[in-house]
Amino acid sequence: MSKPVEIDDKLLSYLEDLSLLRLSDEEKPRIVKDLGEIINYINKLSELDTENIPQCSHPFDNVNAFRSDEAQESYERELILKNAANENGEMFIAPKTVDTQ
Amino acid sequence: MFELTALELSTAISSKQIGVEEALSAYFKSIETEDGKYNSFLSLSKEAALTKAREIQKRIDAGERISPLAGVPIAIKDNISTKDIETTCASKALSGYVPVYNATVVDKLEEAGMIVVGKLNMDEFAMGGSSETGYMGPVRNPWDSYRVAGGSSGGSAAAIAAGMVPLALGTDTGGSIRQPCSFCGTTGIKPTYGAVSRYGLIAYASSLDQIGPMGKNLEDCATLLSIISGPDEKDGTCIIEKPFEFEQSDSNSLDGMIIGIPKNYYEGGIDNSVKTSVLAAARKLEEAGARLEEFEMPLMEYMIPTYYVIACAEASSNLSRFDGLKYGHYTSDSDELSDFYRNSRSEGFGMEIKRRIMLGSFVLSSGYYDAYYKKALQARRLIKDAYDSLFQRYDMIISPVAPTTAYKIGENIDDPLKMYMGDIYTVSINLAGLPAVSLPCGFDENKLPIGFQLIGKAFSEPTLVKAGKTYQLINN
Amino acid sequence: MSNTTFETVIGLEIHAELSTRSKIFCGCSNSFGAMPNTNVCPICSGMPGALPMLNRTVLEYAIRAGLALNCEIADRTVFDRKNYFYPDLPKAYQISQLYSPICTNGFMEIETNDYIKTIGIREIHMEEDAGKLIHDIANDSTLMDFNRCGVPLLEIVTNPDFNSSDEVIAFLEILRETLLYLDICDCKMEEGSLRVDVNLSMHLHGSELGTRTEMKNLNSFKAISRAIEFESARQQKILMAGGVVTQETRRWNDNIGISVAMRSKENAQDYRYFPEPDLLPIFIDEHWLEEIKTSQPELAHEKRIRYIDSYAISPNDAAILTTHMNISILFEALSSQSGEPIESARLIIGEILRLLSQSGTQADDLSIDVSKLSTLIDYVLSGKINRNVYKEAIEAVFTSDVDPVSYIEDKGLMMLDDYSTCQEAAKVVIANNPDAASDYLSGKDKAFGFLVGQTMQLLKGKGNPELVRKALEEELLLH
Repeated sequence: MSKPVEIDDKLLSYLEDLSLLRLSDEEKPRIVKDLGEIINYINKLSELDTENIPQCSHPFDNVNAFRSDEAQESYERELILKNAANENGEMFIAPKTVDTQ
Repeated sequence: MFELTALELSTAISSKQIGVEEALSAYFKSIETEDGKYNSFLSLSKEAALTKAREIQKRIDAGERISPLAGVPIAIKDNISTKDIETTCASKALSGYVPVYNATVVDKLEEAGMIVVGKLNMDEFAMGGSSETGYMGPVRNPWDSYRVAGGSSGGSAAAIAAGMVPLALGTDTGGSIRQPCSFCGTTGIKPTYGAVSRYGLIAYASSLDQIGPMGKNLEDCATLLSIISGPDEKDGTCIIEKPFEFEQSDSNSLDGMIIGIPKNYYEGGIDNSVKTSVLAAARKLEEAGARLEEFEMPLMEYMIPTYYVIACAEASSNLSRFDGLKYGHYTSDSDELSDFYRNSRSEGFGMEIKRRIMLGSFVLSSGYYDAYYKKALQARRLIKDAYDSLFQRYDMIISPVAPTTAYKIGENIDDPLKMYMGDIYTVSINLAGLPAVSLPCGFDENKLPIGFQLIGKAFSEPTLVKAGKTYQLINN
Repeated sequence: MSNTTFETVIGLEIHAELSTRSKIFCGCSNSFGAMPNTNVCPICSGMPGALPMLNRTVLEYAIRAGLALNCEIADRTVFDRKNYFYPDLPKAYQISQLYSPICTNGFMEIETNDYIKTIGIREIHMEEDAGKLIHDIANDSTLMDFNRCGVPLLEIVTNPDFNSSDEVIAFLEILRETLLYLDICDCKMEEGSLRVDVNLSMHLHGSELGTRTEMKNLNSFKAISRAIEFESARQQKILMAGGVVTQETRRWNDNIGISVAMRSKENAQDYRYFPEPDLLPIFIDEHWLEEIKTSQPELAHEKRIRYIDSYAISPNDAAILTTHMNISILFEALSSQSGEPIESARLIIGEILRLLSQSGTQADDLSIDVSKLSTLIDYVLSGKINRNVYKEAIEAVFTSDVDPVSYIEDKGLMMLDDYSTCQEAAKVVIANNPDAASDYLSGKDKAFGFLVGQTMQLLKGKGNPELVRKALEEELLLH
């Protein structure tokens, strides 16, 4: 059923974008080869007849778990910002966005 | 002392034969002298551990019975959050990250009076089966330091096998507790999905991950599981109603138990020594009263594809938060957001992580979702249903853990697909959310340990533990 | 209408922040306006290993909204992850619903000037809000505040059933009223608790739908209305000139009254939705659903019918009394305490609404002592005070929360119920106006009115008119 997928430059760069990665020139051919092999292997799934088979996204789904709507104390801001790359004591700081809203 | 099981050590502590601090210091000494060879620890928490040891000693001296494992040292896989102790998942992407909160299991260990000694090496973000991909280098197998310890909980298994710690926590997404146990000759439990809280476990694949105990024998592991299992108001997927209780049983009889043997697991692609040892273990269980029945395991060729599609899809999303802004590694090479993101992530993640994230992005992307991700969720349903019907007939299934014993470091690292094939006996258990115990059952011709697993229906840990303990008793 | 050939087609996507105490997946406070990053914990700031737990009240509110909008309520609903990278989204995915939303397939009737129309509700789903970014121009960087991360939202998606801004506004007014009556959202557009995105396209009547644009940053009903007019005109101009409308997101600038295309983000559309593995599918228990149905608050249109049927209020007044929930609450309390619904309606519509608008107070902020108003109704209907005093006292209660009884007594505004005082006054007036008295006695009725006026003036307007008349008649006969 599924056609062999070729990881061409366009697909590779699309997957880099979706994954927010930038592969080095050494990494690229390796990833292309590995992904190609792995995808070829998982194509095995297309042989399986799954018509009318419900999807299973969670191993068990017969129990409801809720919180009741009670507000609790939040964390100290110092702790929230503790591991940040850059912060000003009140907020995290991100570099400027060229691609702004 | 390093020969003692955790429960024996705990008895020695409560009967004042040995002090908590004395035992702890001895273990630290062993780690400091031995671990250079194995690289199983990523960080130690010596000062906090010693303070805690003194506190526990006082409480024990005051006659308090804290828990069956009070005063016993334990080490924790580095993907489990420990407040004030660096938690890196063996990844450069999380280097320097010090959590501000404890995972629920860590709180439970502390309540039980156990002493956390440090954090254990692993495959980066738990993605792997050899513990070679961590950014602090590979874990080495104590039985042969040129070989891998298995993974991803390789540090946990090696630390126990080398006697550096009596108990450890590992995590199992597709075999990551069981396979290193098999490679290092230790014992472990992969609990039913939803038996142990995942709160604070840095997720690889959320619908598959479980934290479980690893130790010298099943009795220790079961005792630890009774401490860490139970519901958690912070984890809605933790559906267990109350912690496990494992009864002490004097009877070693497995009369009336039916154990299934998936005969196609023993054909092709499996080392002869593994096959022989596991089938010999089955015969021991038969001698103890169980009845063995062979059957054909369905869907075998679909298990690994299904697992990798689902695990990588979830991983690609779970690992998106590591962008360098809030915690962990960040690039020093960008003043613009988009580049900052990409550079931070590309510098932080190793090759296997990049492969899996990109595969996950691929199977979820528009145009491929139905053919891969949706299809895998349907295959998962078929696999789960297959197990359900098997457990109508069998009390448990006996299976190898891995097709081989520990291989040489570097041997498979450049062949991801070959590495994935090593997961053939373990991944379907995670897909179905089932429990399994992994026990050593012999050695191959290179004196490398071999393990087997007993798999049961959901929340049948007490039955698996009873059978496994019986095996370990009659085998001693 | 100028566009005789082109028809405007509009669909809405509405985000309503729910007024729960805590956030959707953690216990942090859901309050507006806190110091940056002070309503934040490991869960809503996306720390590694933290897990979501669903706030049950969010689910309940979603069901309440679904019932009010005539939706089908799913018996099993699932959360999905919507994946994208942006600094306001600390997990890099938003927990939302795509494949199995909680409410689907509803409708709402709207009424414009001369017709009634049904608007389809495609779905209502639950999701978490994102954080707030502040662009720090001076330092060329972006500041991130996660307080709003995890604030519960309902996204209400309509079918493209609207053809004009009037229809859109009519719908939004009913929707706002409904959310307020359900008490699940405060609908403050200026604080962002109700956000409306407009999808608009133009097509020739009868032909297939045109390319649509999405409009954001619409902060008031007025802005929505203006933005729709602007966008219709813009698209029509393009189409008339034979051009093509680009599918894009546009940002409305209300200050200058135009919209501008936002730069589209690369790959913005591939969100890779998949079922959220950290939250188990939710089964809606039938008993619980039944409980929610029976405890559904009375909505505005239901109240209107009740006011007309059981209080004999006019349809017009009933509509006014239900435009704001606080007003209807006041009306119901006052009616029941005073036992006088019609006078209560008159008091609120005639006085309170006037005082609100005079003082520039929002109905939301109205707080007034019902029992004080009830006392005043009793006084005016029993003739203890006249209408002018009544109005004056209501205003004093409204502005300074005075005690009306002592206010009236201290200022001596109570009607005089004492006959002998009226009698004395009548005697004085007759003595001072002999001509008028004789005119009256000789049959000139007009003179009596003059004498009543004089007597009332003498009594400083507080004379009970009945008693004054009676006293004058008697004294004149004796004259």
